[in-house]
Amino acid sequence: MIMTEFRILRYDPDKDKEPHFQTYTFDSPKGMTVLEGLIYIFENIDSTLAYRAMCRGAVCGSCAMHINGLYNLACRTQIDNLGGKVVLRPLAHLPIIKDLVVDLEPFWEQYKKVQPYLIPKQQAPEKEYLQSEKDRKKLDPWVDCILCAACYGSCPVEATDPKYLGPAALMKALRFIDDSRDGNSKERLAFVASDFGVFRCHTIFNCQKVCPKTLDPTKAIAKLKMKALFG
Amino acid sequence: MMFHDVLVIGGGLAGLRAAIAAAEKKADVGIVTKLYPPRSHSGQAQGGINAALANNPKAADDTPEKHGFDTIKGSDYLADQEASIFMTEQAPEAIFEIEHWGCPFSRTDEGKIAQRPFGGAGYPRTCYGTDKTGHYILQTLFEQTIKHDVKTYNEWVVIALVKDADACCGVITLNMHSGEVQAIGANAVIFGTGGSARMYGNTTNALTSTAFGVAIPYWAGVPLKDMEFVQFHPTSLYPSNILMTEGCRGEGGIMVNNKGERFMSKYAPKAMELGPRDIVARGVMTEILEGRGFEESYVHLDLTHLGKAKIMERLPGIREITLDFNGLDPIKDPIPIQPGTHYCMGGIDCSIDGSTPLAGFYAAGECACVSIHGANRLGGNSLLDGVVFGKKAGAAAADYVKDKPKQPRKEALDRTLKKEREMLDRMQKANGTENPYTINAELNKMMPLKAGLFRDEKLMSSGLEEIKAFKERFKKIRPVAPGTSFNFDKIWVLEIKGNLDVAEALMAGGLARKESRGGHYRTDFEKRDDKNFLKHTIATYTAEGPKISYSDVQITKYQPVERKY
Repeated sequence: MIMTEFRILRYDPDKDKEPHFQTYTFDSPKGMTVLEGLIYIFENIDSTLAYRAMCRGAVCGSCAMHINGLYNLACRTQIDNLGGKVVLRPLAHLPIIKDLVVDLEPFWEQYKKVQPYLIPKQQAPEKEYLQSEKDRKKLDPWVDCILCAACYGSCPVEATDPKYLGPAALMKALRFIDDSRDGNSKERLAFVASDFGVFRCHTIFNCQKVCPKTLDPTKAIAKLKMKALFG
Repeated sequence: MMFHDVLVIGGGLAGLRAAIAAAEKKADVGIVTKLYPPRSHSGQAQGGINAALANNPKAADDTPEKHGFDTIKGSDYLADQEASIFMTEQAPEAIFEIEHWGCPFSRTDEGKIAQRPFGGAGYPRTCYGTDKTGHYILQTLFEQTIKHDVKTYNEWVVIALVKDADACCGVITLNMHSGEVQAIGANAVIFGTGGSARMYGNTTNALTSTAFGVAIPYWAGVPLKDMEFVQFHPTSLYPSNILMTEGCRGEGGIMVNNKGERFMSKYAPKAMELGPRDIVARGVMTEILEGRGFEESYVHLDLTHLGKAKIMERLPGIREITLDFNGLDPIKDPIPIQPGTHYCMGGIDCSIDGSTPLAGFYAAGECACVSIHGANRLGGNSLLDGVVFGKKAGAAAADYVKDKPKQPRKEALDRTLKKEREMLDRMQKANGTENPYTINAELNKMMPLKAGLFRDEKLMSSGLEEIKAFKERFKKIRPVAPGTSFNFDKIWVLEIKGNLDVAEALMAGGLARKESRGGHYRTDFEKRDDKNFLKHTIATYTAEGPKISYSDVQITKYQPVERKY
């Protein structure tokens, strides 16, 4: 057991004017994750604490937050690796509702804007569309996105321009542009090249740095810029 | 008052597919989910989804009929055969549909959907997208609900069903954002709330996969079927119990004990690691219990001989998880695994179209029990169950509501709303001292020991007594935390209440079933007993505890024989 300290940014809309830090200390067994620490606090010390969590296996995207200076998933972060002192804040650029829970609606609104569904090139065949392995592999870098919004929180452009589509939504657009079954590339490219699209990106690489699935939205945006400019 | 023709509860595969089906029939559909749909537990499914597409050269003569037989044999003959066969016949169309919507399945050399071998199947018929099949299908269905502009109530938690004159007419919800408790009227309600494996501590399931989803209709008088049948996945990561897909073994992974023996030769000499899950899980557990495991807790799942290229291409997600959670790389190191509670074969008692004894109330997916999986589900059949029966229930509900007046039954909704608000008030004014999470933790610890892989009369009757004691303690819990917005304590207390009541039904059903069948293995009755127990267990809620009765199993095509693998 190791004495562990969690400093958590807290905000209760019922009574707080602004967020403030609260510190919790408890003994944590070796191998405990930040999420398990939060659950421990919630179940044993303070059940008013609010955070989102679901799969605890780094695939659902619920528990993205700001952990000791970096955006990451709480479930895949070991307390040991943080030296026993954990500082948690909610995702940035999204209004705080309570404690570590932010209003994700702006994030989903951007996502919906890119028409995040296949617009087929041709009428569906009787069986599956044939897609070569090579064409399928083009999707690999983009389709594993779990929509956790860590990239959105880390992106400084979002801080100044809430209309910016953001890394996750843009990567989603590329996922369909790169899909041999999709027939809407032209319109998709025109849209992502519009006022609040790829050219707002300052190529700061934060999204690449924080993505918990080690995807590369920065590269996706660069690729979209190239396609928009040169076809 | 809010109202929809069809209201779907749950944003996983079954729920989303039901909503799309109802929307395609022009019904006014709403989805209520306690998460956001892409967070749902369906997204954690890894290995794949079964359909006899015959795309793999080794499966050239595979047919839906053979898939049906494998499913029924796998079920230890407790499945309703017409339902299992319906599912396997619908499977190819269901998968082509998802593919047409853009699901990124892996491909064969000819560009068709790739298929891999899975346990208990005669052919490689499990369609996959690397080892993230659930994630890909969930994303695809979520995308379609956006295309259809389906109204979705994200992070609204359903806490009760509303009935009027013996028909379901809506739900009571807690909006997590505002903290408001509100009624939503509907002419049909479809539950796709997922499984209940979080009654157990050692589970592969998401934190929110508690029994609350099946408890809500259970409390409202809808019976639960075959709850004692729980699947323990043979390979969950030690110690977190995160799923290590059956695809690991499908791709050629082997399991070895501390003597370096490939022990499955003792338990399924022909199928080896690809036996059905109940048999493989018991094999793994026997090795651990008899001292041939490591640290008395796990055996090794070894992928190292597959090589880097194959692991990176077919099992990249497994590698991410083992790196993240154990700091080990399966390209070089064996993976420590033990069985983990994985799937509930039982659930809300429903028919092939999802309809239940309560008019206007439907269920689909893991929360439902048609029954397709009987006493043991085959790997790759749960995603299929979700999409086939989600679609079926969505269409059936849309037909059912067609001629119904499109207005909420206000009186009944208001009555239940008042009752539920009072219940929540009482929770907040409770004067006990028990910590509900301590009770849940004790339940979680007890369930794998007393209703786990190996059961007997003594274990299960003492388990039942313990649950009764937990329920008494639960009556004396401390007040629920204050706060309106995102008061998770309020919801968790209800989830735990659901766990306790459904665990009681599970234990009572298992105690009464004096035989071994599929996932229900009794060391005091080691044989299957078709004469007395080829029947479904039906549990009906009463304030004093579950009332157990039985219903017939539909045997149409295949007479029960002993399972050999």
